[in-house]
Amino acid sequence: MAEDDTTRPRAHHDLGGVAQYLCEPVDTSAHSLTDFDREVDGLRQVLGQKGIMTVDELRRGIEAIPEAEYLRLGYYQRWLRSITAILLEKRVIGAAELEAALAAET
Amino acid sequence: MSGAAPPLFAAGARVRVRLDWPEQRGPAHIRTPHYVRGREGTVLRPLGRFANPEDLAFARHAPILPLYHVRFDQRALWPEAAPGDEVVVEIFGSWLETA
Amino acid sequence: MNLSGLENDRLLAALRGLLAAKNLVSAAEIAERIAATDQASPAQGAAMVARAWTDAAFRARLLADGTRAAEEFGIMMRGAPPLGVLENAPGLHHLVVCTLCSCYPRAVLGYPPFWYKSVAYRARAVRDPRGVLAEWGTVLPEGTRIRVVDSTADYRWMVLPRRPDGTEGWDEPALAALVREGDMVGVTIPRAP
Repeated sequence: MAEDDTTRPRAHHDLGGVAQYLCEPVDTSAHSLTDFDREVDGLRQVLGQKGIMTVDELRRGIEAIPEAEYLRLGYYQRWLRSITAILLEKRVIGAAELEAALAAET
Repeated sequence: MSGAAPPLFAAGARVRVRLDWPEQRGPAHIRTPHYVRGREGTVLRPLGRFANPEDLAFARHAPILPLYHVRFDQRALWPEAAPGDEVVVEIFGSWLETA
Repeated sequence: MNLSGLENDRLLAALRGLLAAKNLVSAAEIAERIAATDQASPAQGAAMVARAWTDAAFRARLLADGTRAAEEFGIMMRGAPPLGVLENAPGLHHLVVCTLCSCYPRAVLGYPPFWYKSVAYRARAVRDPRGVLAEWGTVLPEGTRIRVVDSTADYRWMVLPRRPDGTEGWDEPALAALVREGDMVGVTIPRAP
């Protein structure tokens, strides 16, 4: 017997069959990728090729984004958020040097 | 779960997906969707062996596990489904037990 | 550090700068990946479909091992996940989704389209596939069952649609021109004009 999916303790990215979205129309229109999108995608590929982070780590980092933010952020914005968090976690980059680099970009 | 060799299933085997919620116990990365957990399905075919993403996601040593294409009747997942419609999901052997 | 609220372009620029300064990722390496990824497009998948419609031996190879069949077309599959091909048949229609993220056969179809990554598509495809097909105006012949393939792990899946009636004698390029991105995901079916 299929219970209502609200009784199943799913993670928020685990979207298959979730009742609250069943009435939401699919936006079937074409959306072009932006330069930002392509660059995040390319950066992720290079990090993977070089063994700096795996695609599975990328996904874990995306899944760790709190639900409200996960739903608000664009697709590649989630990727960038995850890449940054994973690189910080693995100490590939440090928080202080990232803060400094961010300050230099303003 | 890790350590024990997962069982090997042939095409046609009836299997049940373990009813388990590791994501409730702490940080986890799970590729077995919530909607098939605890459900019974049929192995369509083995897909080969792949490193366990649950470990790759944490840069841990990842055992190589068998992966299966498992077919579920949509009716067994959701009561409103059209009869005959199916969902096929890639599931690692560590999540499957004989039904 | 708290990453929420950071402006995205600024974060990307800072991160790129930092990784370049550490000699980990250069701008040229990112540009090379963008250029390579931009080359993949649904036209590649469409060419494989057209070949499968006209060459039974290729069709058999495509269904047995999509990766090797793609390599016959000069598509770079090294490092890409294995490609599985799902053949539509009378009475059986395939629809591909990734409910957990957005796994997509990028090597043969290019970047996933916006709708494929959307919450609505990911939630509904496994539970209301006929309603999802209706969003594209796709109606299957009576008595067709739908097999939804949730791309949850290491394979990437592409649909081999049925060759439309009225295309007897067409050559491969003409057939390939009929095949759209959505036909190879299963949200649409190719039709002769």
